[in-house]
Amino acid sequence: MFTRALKALKRQIVESQIWTSMVRHGYDDTPRNRVLQIMANVWLHLHPPKIRRHAIRVRFTWCMGGITFLFFLILTITGVVLMFYYRPVGEYAYADMKYLQFDVPFGMLMRNMHRWAAHGMVITVWLHMFRVFMTGSYKPPREFNWVVGVILLTLTLLLSFTGYLLPWDQLSIWAVTVGTNMARATPLLGHEGPFADVVGVTPRYDARAFLLGGSVVGPPTLLRFYVLHCIFLPILASLFMIVHFWRIRKDGGVSGPL
Amino acid sequence: MADRDAKGAHGGEAPALDATLWSRRDLFSLAGWAGFLGVLGASALAFTRFMFPRVLFEPAPTFRAGIPDEYGAGAVSERWKKDQRVWIVRQDDGSFYAILAICTHLGCTPNWFQAEDKFKCPCHGSGFKRSGINFEGPAPRPLERVKITLSDDGQLVVDKSAKFRYELGEWDKPGAKLKV
Repeated sequence: MFTRALKALKRQIVESQIWTSMVRHGYDDTPRNRVLQIMANVWLHLHPPKIRRHAIRVRFTWCMGGITFLFFLILTITGVVLMFYYRPVGEYAYADMKYLQFDVPFGMLMRNMHRWAAHGMVITVWLHMFRVFMTGSYKPPREFNWVVGVILLTLTLLLSFTGYLLPWDQLSIWAVTVGTNMARATPLLGHEGPFADVVGVTPRYDARAFLLGGSVVGPPTLLRFYVLHCIFLPILASLFMIVHFWRIRKDGGVSGPL
Repeated sequence: MADRDAKGAHGGEAPALDATLWSRRDLFSLAGWAGFLGVLGASALAFTRFMFPRVLFEPAPTFRAGIPDEYGAGAVSERWKKDQRVWIVRQDDGSFYAILAICTHLGCTPNWFQAEDKFKCPCHGSGFKRSGINFEGPAPRPLERVKITLSDDGQLVVDKSAKFRYELGEWDKPGAKLKV
């Protein structure tokens, strides 16, 4: 009786105009359709129609690349959620961080998910590289993808560094003070680096001032790091990820066991 | 396309070699790319300049530090450290120099320890003598001194934008030391 009512409801939905306008025809679970589902799908380059048995063995891949990407997705979602409250302004940033943590429902959860996923992503990126190195997966024909991976590692670390400033507390301000002071020694572009005299860079116009937007870690630095953290670096990392995933498939899938 | 144009220009003869070097299409293509890349390059330069504002809203680098008599001989004054990150040192002979409280290792703020007669950085343990010379820890060079002068009304004036570095032999320059 109940199942019949359920079936009638299903037919009513499936035959409605709303449903048929979105889903044009039914799906026959045939081998041909299964292949077509993969071959003709928007995720064509991401998802091969067939993969080798070893490629899904956790003991071989550790799934570290996949977990890293999962962390990136978590960071993107929780990061956008945090952006609804956080203002990258010297007077507000620290208070907004505290507000999120203590007064906004689920704010503590979002902030901590973002923080721990960030820590996790840095760790899993290293583990992923360790696995790829130990299985010799960087060797031809995959050497280009290794290079893309190294760029992604750098971008991950830069995302971590820029995000570290945003709580705007003593820890982050001094960490970024120390971190950006290293830019003084950049060859050619830093005022204390090699060839600084030749290029003519000064403390006011050099790589460090470019990063800080001034001569000290101040409100302009916070805004700069915020834009880098939320717009520039994620988009750049996404572009390289697209290439990275596409190349896995084009280079013959996940490499075989040694 | 290029061949036909060349033939027309040379009255039906075999096209000259240079006539086929640049077809109209090649020229426009090149001009298009040159324009595109030129605009891109100019934009990159403009953006780089854009990131260096003409005016910075930062604290003024100079401050007045009171009259010399307020400072005892042979003492390191911590009076301006919190606000200005500067120690004013008065030597036994009455002369002054000002040390910037920025560690030359990675930029933390060191502390003054009177009992041990040294500056010590809490971040990575760099130690400096009263003169500012480094003697322990990772700091690669002495603390920087800044300009200290006397104003017309008899006040000490410290200018943090004028720095004097020991390793460049600048501690003997005028302004690095104030004789009263």
